[in-house]
Amino acid sequence: MNAITTIIPEEPWAGFAAGPWQADIDVRDFIQTNYRPYLGDRRFLSGPTARTLGVWAKLTDLLAIERQKGILDASVDRPAGITAHAPGWIDRDAELIVGLQTDAPLKRAIMPNGGLRMVENGLEAYGYTIDPAVKETWTKHRKSHNQGVFDAYSTEILAARKSGIVTGLPDAYGRGRIIGDYRRVALYGTDALKASKRRELHEIDDAVFDEKTMRLREELNEQIRALDELAAMARSYGCDVTKPARTGREAVQWTYFGYLAAVKEQNGAAMSLGRISTFLDIYLDRDIERGLLTEEGAQELIDDLVIKLRIVRFLRTPEYDTLFSGDPTWVTESIGGIGEDGRPLVTKTSFRFLQTLFNLGPAPEPNLTVLWSTQLPEGFKDYCAKVSIETSSIQYENDDVMRPHWGDDYGIACCVSPMRIGKQMQFFGARANLAKALLYAINGGVDEKSGEVVAHGFAPITGDTLDYDAVVEKLDPMMSWLAKTYIKALNVIHYMHDRYAYERIEMALHDRDVLRTMACGIAGLSVAADSLSAIKHAKVKVIRNKAGLAVDYAIEGDYPAYGNNDDRADSIAVWLAETFIEKIRAQPHFYRDAMPTQSVLTITSNVVYGKKTGNTPDGRRAGQPFAPGANPMNGRDKKGFIAAGASVSKIPYACALDGISWTASATPAALGRVPQERQKNLAACLDAFSAASGHHVNVNVLNRETLLDAMEHPEIYPQLTIRVSGYAVNFVKLSREQQLDVISRTFHAAM
Amino acid sequence: MIRPPPSRCPDGIGPAGELGLHRAALPGRVCELPPGSGPYRSAEEPVGFLHSVETGAAGDGPGMRFVFFLSGCPFRCVYCHNPDTWKLSAGRRIDLDEALAEVTPYRSFLRMAGGVTVSGGEPMTQPDFVGALLTRLHDEMRLHTALDTTGFLGHKVADDWFDAVDLVLLDIKHSDPAAYRQITGRDLQPTLDFARRMVRLEKPMWIRYVLVPGLTDGAADMARLADILVDLGPLVQQVDVLPYHRLGEHKWAELGRAYPLGDTPTPTRAQVADAVAIFKDRGLAAR
Repeated sequence: MNAITTIIPEEPWAGFAAGPWQADIDVRDFIQTNYRPYLGDRRFLSGPTARTLGVWAKLTDLLAIERQKGILDASVDRPAGITAHAPGWIDRDAELIVGLQTDAPLKRAIMPNGGLRMVENGLEAYGYTIDPAVKETWTKHRKSHNQGVFDAYSTEILAARKSGIVTGLPDAYGRGRIIGDYRRVALYGTDALKASKRRELHEIDDAVFDEKTMRLREELNEQIRALDELAAMARSYGCDVTKPARTGREAVQWTYFGYLAAVKEQNGAAMSLGRISTFLDIYLDRDIERGLLTEEGAQELIDDLVIKLRIVRFLRTPEYDTLFSGDPTWVTESIGGIGEDGRPLVTKTSFRFLQTLFNLGPAPEPNLTVLWSTQLPEGFKDYCAKVSIETSSIQYENDDVMRPHWGDDYGIACCVSPMRIGKQMQFFGARANLAKALLYAINGGVDEKSGEVVAHGFAPITGDTLDYDAVVEKLDPMMSWLAKTYIKALNVIHYMHDRYAYERIEMALHDRDVLRTMACGIAGLSVAADSLSAIKHAKVKVIRNKAGLAVDYAIEGDYPAYGNNDDRADSIAVWLAETFIEKIRAQPHFYRDAMPTQSVLTITSNVVYGKKTGNTPDGRRAGQPFAPGANPMNGRDKKGFIAAGASVSKIPYACALDGISWTASATPAALGRVPQERQKNLAACLDAFSAASGHHVNVNVLNRETLLDAMEHPEIYPQLTIRVSGYAVNFVKLSREQQLDVISRTFHAAM
Repeated sequence: MIRPPPSRCPDGIGPAGELGLHRAALPGRVCELPPGSGPYRSAEEPVGFLHSVETGAAGDGPGMRFVFFLSGCPFRCVYCHNPDTWKLSAGRRIDLDEALAEVTPYRSFLRMAGGVTVSGGEPMTQPDFVGALLTRLHDEMRLHTALDTTGFLGHKVADDWFDAVDLVLLDIKHSDPAAYRQITGRDLQPTLDFARRMVRLEKPMWIRYVLVPGLTDGAADMARLADILVDLGPLVQQVDVLPYHRLGEHKWAELGRAYPLGDTPTPTRAQVADAVAIFKDRGLAAR
């Protein structure tokens, strides 16, 4: 390996301030006792080294082939696992941080524990065939999560799933949205982590051996086994992670090995990284202080880590990619925020992570997420704004609204879901379609597209003109039905996922007793809100087909639309979000005592949801995409993005603890005439949105013309990145339909 | 109170004539004025005609701006990107309290981040309403105010009308009277008089100059304008060279009007840089 191996101090914790973190597994305490906030500006940062650019150039070629072929290669002969593959490299002599998911870059592993069919379809789509022995194992000898789920689903759940009133359920793939505390590997080493797990196991030796205890005991032993496998995998790369990291480079490497083990084993919908930058800063800072590392060297380590995070891949089907837009992995890293003691958690390594977007160019992954607070240091705010304006690659989440709930060591999983690192996980629940629920209320549970009864026992509205009170009276029990059906499905899914596709290594990097959330979600909020606003403030006539089914609506007059900071419409959106979570909370059982939460997030499945939903009373045509997340409908937010943001921020975070997603797109000119002015203005807007308690915002600063050009000449824009609902995508990897949807969204431009 | 007779109303279109059956943009605001009433008639409580608002604009004054786009304009600029604001009746009738209520939710943000810009149309088409609006924005809400105008109608108001204006965004379409008339259909001189008056009133100005290839990009014409601006002195704080764009073209089609500039191209970066350089060469802060 490289020059840095020359001096490795033996004592891993030398120079660190002592604290409770030494006696117990407590990474937060380690950070709080040892980190040094950085209050300056970006001028200390280093550009990429020739070595970094060389490694990235090798990948750039492979990525171009991958873009053409769909996938570069697949490992079809064995199921994935932490130790399933021999080590692999991009450029063995040049890499500072090592480790690939399989034995070659961009070669995808198969993970049949989630479901064999997903694997087979994924392989088939790209011209590969599964190894017969693997197929036989998961057909005859081993059951998958997917099979378990369908054994328990009810007829009604199946009908709801088919019609699309609930969609995107993780019943055929890994649920994801679990963040291992990968920092623990670096700080303690796997030996200490195993010892801690054994202690946790023996603490319950005398508990009543009910199902709960027995499941937990089995899980703890699986976790210990996974830690052994992690150590073995690291050993194959010549690293000993049984002991704590001794240097900055080892800290980056050990942390990455923890994460790598997770993505070798699990194809979760989102495989997020957590909140590692300020943790790593303590190590990098120590090395710089003792003369082992330069700024350039520190930046190289982060650049090299980020290169690895950019090539995390899973084998998925083209249908999955359509639902989620592109091929996302949600390697979300949460940066910044403020500590409970008021000190900013911003360090030089917070800057270094963002700097990778310049050193390596823009990219959708890792999903860099800034935990924004009005209290962040100005230098960091300015730098974030600069990065946003120049790369459109970062998103913002409001630390000031999350910290009171989750403390100062939470991270974002996937797009918007906060969780205390190592102490909390979620049962990902995709989302229910509220716009369709409204149509079911009008049609008495009959699906407007298929004509089939999906929700039984409801009477339709029979009048020709929709009366607001009458519609709300029907919508209320329909939301109850939806919540009931939805939670039944989620209980099944997560019970089976624990049984057949348990996240061993991720949970090994958690405390034994974690808070679980049942993360429900809603789609179509703006469509439903605008529809109700139209019914209330204009006149909406029902148009029925021969079978008497309401299939279209004629609106007479105008109505106030959600997204213009007009309470007449916005209050309806708030009512919908608050009412649905009440319906969820009212359900009798949540698997593993999970705490129900809700998100207003669609990822990009707003396109697919739209396809599955007929004409709506707001004037939206059948098949037309929904607005993403909590966004106002495209083109209906007529007062600019400050008003639109004000509407979105009215949805109380307390009713959607799993996040409220807003995507704002503006042309550069809309933010100012010169770069410095744009930075200042964007930072001011983010402060305003935060102060108004807005939860999440994606910022795109792009010209529509750029996107149109990229549609025609994708080869010129391989790295063009845009933010969609909660994550970033390579624009050129979207389907044409999704590209058109993005372009049709409101772009706030200078008049 | 300055109250021009209807015959002097911009464009020679009497307000009442246009307004009779106008359906306003927002529900519940059907605007049916009694015959003879108009935006300038109410001495106590002026009413205005508002085309739209933009809550988050940059470039129209310092920082982030809340912008009122008022309807009505005496100009018919060939490159206008908002021809839908020409007619007074294109706006909805709004009183002062309603106008202020639009701003209120953003007051603390605007105090921190920028202010309010009154634009149009030509806002001075509605001097009573705009004067009262600026006064309340400035004095009651304590917000930074900018007036985006050609100055053409400046003669309609007294000096104290400008007390509530912190910054004037003065649009000068051309420095040659004949070309100015060709572009706007109006005279240049009132705008130049207005600029001098603003100097007398000690109002800071940002000059806005739309760069249209073949129409306003003559080096000598820009140099002449630069000389005029230098003469005005340090109150000309900034010159914004605004590259012509075609984003308003569809609005002409929607109004059933032919787009006068045909296929005039937008200026290249180099053309914009050259124009900026002409102003900078004379010591003006241009961008």
